Amino acid sequence: MMFAGVFGFLTRRSTLAILLSVELMLNATDLNFAVFNRMLHPEGYEGYFFSLFSIAISAAESAIAIAIMINIYRMKKHIQADGLEEMKW
Amino acid sequence: MDYSQFLYMHEELSLLAVIVVLFLADLFMCPDKKSGRGVFNTPLPAVLLAVHTALNFLPCCSAAPAEAFGGMYQYTPMMTVMKTVLNLGTLVTFLMAHKWLSREENLVKQGEFYQLLLFTLLGMYLMISSGHFLMFFIGLELASVPMTALVAFDKKRSQSAEAGAKYILLALFSSALLLYGISLIYGVTGTLYFNEIGVLIDGSLLSIFGLLLFITGMGFKISLVPFHLWTADTYQGAPTSVTAYLSVISKGAAAFVLMTVFMKAFAQCDLMYAWNTALYWLIVASITVANLFAIRQDNIKRFMAFSAISQAGYLVLAVMDGTAQGMSALVFYLLVYMVSNLGAFAVMTSVEEGSGKVNISDYNGLYRTNPKLAFLMTLCLFSLAGIPPFAGFFSKFFVFMAAFNAGYPLLVFIALANTVISLYYYLLIVKAMYITPSDNPIPTFRSDVYTRLALLLCIAGVIVCGLGGVFYNYIDTLSYGL
Repeated sequence: MMFAGVFGFLTRRSTLAILLSVELMLNATDLNFAVFNRMLHPEGYEGYFFSLFSIAISAAESAIAIAIMINIYRMKKHIQADGLEEMKW
Repeated sequence: MDYSQFLYMHEELSLLAVIVVLFLADLFMCPDKKSGRGVFNTPLPAVLLAVHTALNFLPCCSAAPAEAFGGMYQYTPMMTVMKTVLNLGTLVTFLMAHKWLSREENLVKQGEFYQLLLFTLLGMYLMISSGHFLMFFIGLELASVPMTALVAFDKKRSQSAEAGAKYILLALFSSALLLYGISLIYGVTGTLYFNEIGVLIDGSLLSIFGLLLFITGMGFKISLVPFHLWTADTYQGAPTSVTAYLSVISKGAAAFVLMTVFMKAFAQCDLMYAWNTALYWLIVASITVANLFAIRQDNIKRFMAFSAISQAGYLVLAVMDGTAQGMSALVFYLLVYMVSNLGAFAVMTSVEEGSGKVNISDYNGLYRTNPKLAFLMTLCLFSLAGIPPFAGFFSKFFVFMAAFNAGYPLLVFIALANTVISLYYYLLIVKAMYITPSDNPIPTFRSDVYTRLALLLCIAGVIVCGLGGVFYNYIDTLSYGL
């Protein structure tokens, strides 16, 4: 799932799809934490707590990302990554 | 629960108090629409921040190392020094942002600017003092999420939005990699406390993979080559004061944290080897590639972006092997880099606000029309390049010494050769300002009092740090190694 996310990040053209791919990567980490906690280190709850915090923080991040995309959409009328190339090299 | 633990967090708490006061001020002292002047303006946040810095730095400096909340929060005198350096940088950023914030379209937004900036600072505080990966991660995100909003602060300028989009997507990507690395390390050790990880981690392949992902994530934040692709675009598109903040404060905090995490959590033998090898190549790549790219830039902010990438390489040079000497070299380098880079950015801001020009070719003949600004810019660039009487020379020297003593003579040699290249491109700007004639130079203008104050602080820093070894000795007494 992690690498599905990385693949999506590198190949998608719409910035929203890129955002979705990143969310996939973050989900992979959350699952990782939960599974490691349950299977390998069941004596504490650190992994579960970490995934809870990470879910909350990634939600905040996507909110900001979407806000920026709305702003771009207002100016350019599209949110394709190809269109974001005013500055290069 | 023992509430006296909160006293150890006095730096964070007083910064939070500053933020709350500014929030209330923003709420009740809204700008006066008729006269077009903001009632709520630079002096209030600048004075509050200065008081906060003085209060926290002066009395508590000799306090003993301590930890609170079961080791989640750690305190050492070195961290106070580091936080003070960050505070001073933020203060200078406030001063130089004044003119830009006084523009018509920014007048109503200036409250947000200060809030967001101080929240990123709070995040860096938490990150620096963390003793646990959860605290570290929250601090890191608190430092980077409001930063994105700042990068996209010029709502009506499409470049700013583009820079914001690139920054947030890559920041998200890098924090996902970083988190994945942390999760693997958690899988190996079953704990997230730095100290316990240092004992339990076994140097297996899985832990090395986790470590590499962690370095990748931090590499994005410090903008080391090959993870630097966002840097130039973001620096160019962001408002100039934000760029200055991004290139100095957030980069420096991340480099310092890289060092502390390394020393606490990954100092175990096998991992240390992997860590040093990874950093070795990252440093060589960042210094060299960024220098070569910097030569061909025309936009001065892009130019500074590549210069910042190569400076990040020098910063990380001090992290090699995690010695105490490396840590004092790192903090001193950061202090000097901060004053010189912020000085250069203050000149750039005042040129941009005075004439709206951002290209290096526009700086042709600046000496004829604005001799003082050109002279100050030259001082800062010489310090960045590391020419002897200025502070930059000593900071580079200490970093090289640290890396040399840690046993990397070849790396030091490569870095030294690159210093010469960097001298070439810094001198390109000096040449443009002094020698290249121009038919249409930037007209003479007077910068406002706040920008002057910022410039004065930076230049004083460049000269004082260059003349006296007092700072370095002071930092050196506080630093701790493996």
